[in-house]
Amino acid sequence: MRLEARNVSKRYAREAWLFRQASAAFRTGDTVGLLGPSGCGKSTFCRLLAGYDACDEGEVLLDGATLPTSGYRPVQLIFQHPERAVNPRWKAGAIISEGWRPDEALLDSLEIRREWLKRWPSELSGGELQRLCIARALAPQTRFFIADEMTTMLDAITQARIWRTVLDLAQSRGMGMLVVSHDRHLIDRICTRVIDFRELAYGRHAVEE
Amino acid sequence: MPLLEVKELSVTFTQYDRGLRRKKATAIQDLSLSVERGEIVAVVGASGSGKSLLAHAILGILPRNASVGGQMAFDGQPLTASRIRQLRGKRIAFVPQSVQSLDPLMRVGRQVRQAVRAGDPAEEQRMAFARYGLAPLTERRYPFQLSGGMARRVLVSIATVSGAELIVADEPTPGMDPAVVQETLRAFKTFAENGTAIVFITHDLEAALAIADKVAVFHAGTSLEVARAADFEGAGDRLRHPYSRALWRALPQNGFAVPDLGANEPLSRSAVGCSHARGCALATIECAKTAPKPRELRDGMVRCYHAT
Amino acid sequence: MNLRTRTLIYAAVALVLLLLPAALSPMLGGDRLATHLAERNEPPSWTHPFGTDWLGRDMFARSMKGLALSLGVGLTAALASGLIAGALGLMAAALGKAADRFITWLIDLFLSVPHLVLLLLIAFVTGGGAKGVIIAVGLTHWPSLARLIRAELLQLKSSEFVLVSRHMGRSNWWIATRHLLPHLWPQFIVGTLLLFPHAILHEGAITFLGMGLSPHQPAIGIILSESMRYLSTGMWWLAFFPGLCLVVLVRSFDVLAGGVHALVDPSRSQE
Repeated sequence: MRLEARNVSKRYAREAWLFRQASAAFRTGDTVGLLGPSGCGKSTFCRLLAGYDACDEGEVLLDGATLPTSGYRPVQLIFQHPERAVNPRWKAGAIISEGWRPDEALLDSLEIRREWLKRWPSELSGGELQRLCIARALAPQTRFFIADEMTTMLDAITQARIWRTVLDLAQSRGMGMLVVSHDRHLIDRICTRVIDFRELAYGRHAVEE
Repeated sequence: MPLLEVKELSVTFTQYDRGLRRKKATAIQDLSLSVERGEIVAVVGASGSGKSLLAHAILGILPRNASVGGQMAFDGQPLTASRIRQLRGKRIAFVPQSVQSLDPLMRVGRQVRQAVRAGDPAEEQRMAFARYGLAPLTERRYPFQLSGGMARRVLVSIATVSGAELIVADEPTPGMDPAVVQETLRAFKTFAENGTAIVFITHDLEAALAIADKVAVFHAGTSLEVARAADFEGAGDRLRHPYSRALWRALPQNGFAVPDLGANEPLSRSAVGCSHARGCALATIECAKTAPKPRELRDGMVRCYHAT
Repeated sequence: MNLRTRTLIYAAVALVLLLLPAALSPMLGGDRLATHLAERNEPPSWTHPFGTDWLGRDMFARSMKGLALSLGVGLTAALASGLIAGALGLMAAALGKAADRFITWLIDLFLSVPHLVLLLLIAFVTGGGAKGVIIAVGLTHWPSLARLIRAELLQLKSSEFVLVSRHMGRSNWWIATRHLLPHLWPQFIVGTLLLFPHAILHEGAITFLGMGLSPHQPAIGIILSESMRYLSTGMWWLAFFPGLCLVVLVRSFDVLAGGVHALVDPSRSQE
């Protein structure tokens, strides 16, 4: 499958563009790294790709068609702060099975302990919550997995452990991965291709100005 | 004499279980740490290992359901609740983790100027903003108009313009560009060279090693090892504790190795024994029975029976 | 004793104080309210704890009746206001930009007119009496709660966990019932509870000003306004006890709402 951003733009106010005419294409089976300084619009670009936000110009296409707007979405996004991505009034067990019922094998490979599932989010650490969010987004229907600074807030061991599991799974399922990180070492370690967001979005924009 | 000395610190929370029943949860236990003038001590560990609570305990800003045990001393005098209140913002400055700690209704320039205690406030504030790469116009902004990285730089400015002798920085770098992170770390280093003591709390081992003299490795509410920053090199063979070695080897540039260890487990469920015993390659029966006491080893501290 | 237990005890005492007038008033009927010219203007005593008025009526019985009436009027009006606030807040957040703009404008309009003036106008237009007071109080107390609910809902709708829920393939109905309502109802309950004291005080105020309940009903506002004429003659008990009762009633609601708030607010609930 192919996920494509075609000349997408996003703005804050009428003429305050965050970025303009950004185009990029991703294929299932690829692991692409996206680099760029903070505040350059990487996160917003990810939200557009996953269908969390609408583009102000251009379109996001999945195999040539617009992104589906109902049912479990094939493009899933993981946020940097798992605390905000879970309902504080739900127990972990309910959170994890909101979209699908993760199988035992996945829980084991993400090292999610069964006793966590009976707890409230406030009783779990950031690393534990992030694993729940990842399991939640890894239904078999997921074709593209976008990780926006997914392990930035985690320690090195937890980071390595989570990425090994996710990469194994991506490979065996032939998922497409987009990895946003400021950590050059991490991107070099796990990605097959690296894009600099400034070239993607500002390259053309700068020429126009 | 160390400027800040923490001895056998423990932090316990009383929480509501179900309805009106209460239970106790230990978040920090038997923690000792000392910081000299001009020294940067990094506190490194996983989220939930109790690093932030250490900062909150030093600053006396733990939530009301926490109780603190052990001793803390600043400049030779015991650090009591009333003394902390006098020193806070004067001799001890804090860079909080949450960018929501800024006053939402005050321009950030003024918030920085208010923290200045010696010299011209406006001049000090401008110098601080220049140092951390904040445009002069930023001083007219309100916190909601700033990105996360900018807000963090304002927080660092507030802590540093106060001229404090001790700065406790809790995760000051996330959300900043690598270039700005470098700039901020360099600024910390300069302060230390001028005699300021710094406790630098972070989950980012790389950032810690860039400036720290000593590194305290945190796990499940206590420090397993205090090492010199220079010990983190090569395959980590100079490190004392198996957990520190695993942390070092898990960095993407050092092999991305995943050890076969238990994750960070709250103490309440493994009340006795070494918090790291579960899954540790070196663990023996001894480790599961009683937690090892901290001991001196090669000019550092380690809490492990098998460390050499 | 921990905070939760203490809060619960406070709330229980407040609740008992609130229910007291309603429980007592049926027992204090007939004779005590009747005119006894032989026992006129008596100061407080064991037989008449609140004293008697210029017609020899027992002030304790009158106060309790008045409070029970105020409570009824306040209850109905606060519930009406709560419902209006809930409905408008939901509509503003759910029905799109135009509805939101209109409702926000309506809220601002109501908040910009002096409260008492609006109360009196509506009470006057609807013909006064218990019906007028209920309509007036009910129609004027919703704006701040509606604004709170609208803001809360807008914030929830854009929160990451709600957006994720949609990506998990969940319907609007599922999101509304599983994510939004559990967050909203505590706000709504506490907000409505806090409307009671306002409603009761304003009921008292417009009755005192003569636009509310009719003079033969023993409402607190009436008792207070009548007593004004006798205060100068030294009959302090006519205003003191009914006024004190009103203060206790209003304060009880505050304590009750505060207790409920402390229990449902996660940031305070661990203390």
